Amino acid sequence: MKNKISALSIPRTTLDILLGTTLVVAFTALILLIADAPVLAAFKNICLGAFSSTSKVSQVLSVWVPLVLCSCGLLYSFRVHLWNIGIEGQIAMGAVAAMAALRIPGPHNPTFILTLAFFASMLGGALWGLLAGLLKTRGGVHEIFGGLGLNFVAQGFILWLIFGPWKRPGIASMSGTELLSFDLWLSTPTGWRVASIGLIIAVLVILLSWLILVKSRFGLKLTAIGQNPRAARLYSLMPERYYLKAIAIAGACAGLAGFLQVTGVYHRLIPSISSGYGYLALLVVMLAGYRIILLPFLALFFAALNVGAIQLPIVLQLDSSLSGVIQGCCVLSALFVLGIRQKRKQS
Amino acid sequence: MMGDISLPILIASVLAASAPLIIIALGETLTEKSGVINLSLEGVVLFSAMAAFVAAKVTDSLLLGFLAGGCAGMLTGIIVGYFSVYLHLSQVAVGFALSLLCRDLAYFLGNPYSRVPGPGLLTTKVPFHEALPSSLQIIFTQPLTVWFAILLIGALYYFFTFSKAGLNLRSVGENPEASFARGLNPSKIQMIAVLAGSFLVGIGGAAYSLSLKPGWGRPQGAEGIGWICLALVIFGGWNPCRVALGAMLFAFLQVSGIGLQDLFPGVPAQVFQTAPFPLMIFTLIFMHYSIRKNRTQGHTPNPLKQFVQNLLMARAPKALGKSYKQE
Repeated sequence: MKNKISALSIPRTTLDILLGTTLVVAFTALILLIADAPVLAAFKNICLGAFSSTSKVSQVLSVWVPLVLCSCGLLYSFRVHLWNIGIEGQIAMGAVAAMAALRIPGPHNPTFILTLAFFASMLGGALWGLLAGLLKTRGGVHEIFGGLGLNFVAQGFILWLIFGPWKRPGIASMSGTELLSFDLWLSTPTGWRVASIGLIIAVLVILLSWLILVKSRFGLKLTAIGQNPRAARLYSLMPERYYLKAIAIAGACAGLAGFLQVTGVYHRLIPSISSGYGYLALLVVMLAGYRIILLPFLALFFAALNVGAIQLPIVLQLDSSLSGVIQGCCVLSALFVLGIRQKRKQS
Repeated sequence: MMGDISLPILIASVLAASAPLIIIALGETLTEKSGVINLSLEGVVLFSAMAAFVAAKVTDSLLLGFLAGGCAGMLTGIIVGYFSVYLHLSQVAVGFALSLLCRDLAYFLGNPYSRVPGPGLLTTKVPFHEALPSSLQIIFTQPLTVWFAILLIGALYYFFTFSKAGLNLRSVGENPEASFARGLNPSKIQMIAVLAGSFLVGIGGAAYSLSLKPGWGRPQGAEGIGWICLALVIFGGWNPCRVALGAMLFAFLQVSGIGLQDLFPGVPAQVFQTAPFPLMIFTLIFMHYSIRKNRTQGHTPNPLKQFVQNLLMARAPKALGKSYKQE
């Protein structure tokens, strides 16, 4: 893991990582002290909550899958220096598209309809990403604001669907649409909480992204455009076209996460179908330094924090948002260390 | 359309609902005018709302509550400022990470105080209350935050347009190198703008938990406001008056959501709350095309078009989001 950061000497890098970790632990401990909570017990409970049983590990994996899918997608858009904050909406629209395919009336072969939903979700996410991309390249709307706007539009759209055309027979409610029929659920090993096909998809997407981003010509082009769009133009690479391609791929990955949330986790469309995984994935990618090698491990770490914190309210009467505090703090500490390092290099 | 809600009550509730929005959006305007974009609004609003409520509850003083809110905002401003102005890190990355951190910090630290009754700012009557006609009485009976917000619009407008300090701040936001050559210290000015802006954001957050939606909880009711205010700053074209108008328009949409729901049955109220975002996107597209057209065609002959264009024309501070490194 460490020898990837080869540009710097190992001891200094180790020192930096140590400094970052110390900052995170110290800050979290401080927050726990302010909240008048037992520091060690809180850390211990998070670990237990994430890894103490197979069912819990599988729950961690069920968070890991969408997180990895989204962060892999984000790698493409970050390559061309696009801040695809609209990933949250892309998950949602992927889920909507998948749901639309699953709701096609009439008797069908479940495998066929699930395959259809799989591709529909990729298309839905990609189109929503493309919209943000087009707003950027054609409309002059910065991708952050376009993406944020589209996130809220997607959220509004889902609410409208749940309360309008797709409402439950009888009463519409915030708890979502009707459950899918059982044959449309992705199969889950007994005692586990994660669909096996989801894990396979996630691993495949990691490998494929590594191939595309690190080994392929397309990845090289993306990197070139990200580094210097003007120079890329001289090599007859049209930055706009690659912006759109990158953000569409990001959207497709996010859409897949939406598909898995619908068919593998919730088995229906709920208002918060994206569960904030898009935003969390942004943090993962930033912490990974936009490198794919570290990404699966950091995603696992973040997923473990998320799941481990679930039992904090029951055991220690603490709010489960402690996981978010630690995650945010990790990224800020990493940024801080990076800033210090840059400053040191200059002087 | 509004059913049995009378016009004065509608105006009064729009004013009340827009006050925190105005304060937060103007705080962000101040920061962005200096060329720094503070993306952490969403979390900071919640964090300062929590700090303000807890402080007011513990000390039983509203003034201290508001101060605590402002200071909580400023504390986050120190991080944004130090990271982006002095360490030259990506302002977007810092702001985004801080936003999520502050939100969860607010939920975590505020947990023991959630759904606890606490002090809240009451409405005050203006002087000569009795002499006013009854409709104005309704409109003018507002919490102090409303008057603060309205004063702030004028103060910021004056500051940007007529004061030397405001000119310096704007020049740093447009061209820090040239400002440096003119003897200004861009980093210092940006830092001050970030701190002052985030102090205002903190006050705005306090206005939520102490006045508009008194109390703390998960959800508090101020969720999403930070993102909306970021949108409002752009919608308002970095002009304090227009930003405030945008905030009032949004407050109107929020307040009349119930009325609109009668008009479109089956559409949940939350859908109307997303309205500012498409509006913001349209404004940005319009800005883009009108600037481009001006460049290619010189002038537009149609006076109505010209008027609309002037109304919607806006230009972001040129150095917005770019990190300035002193040579």
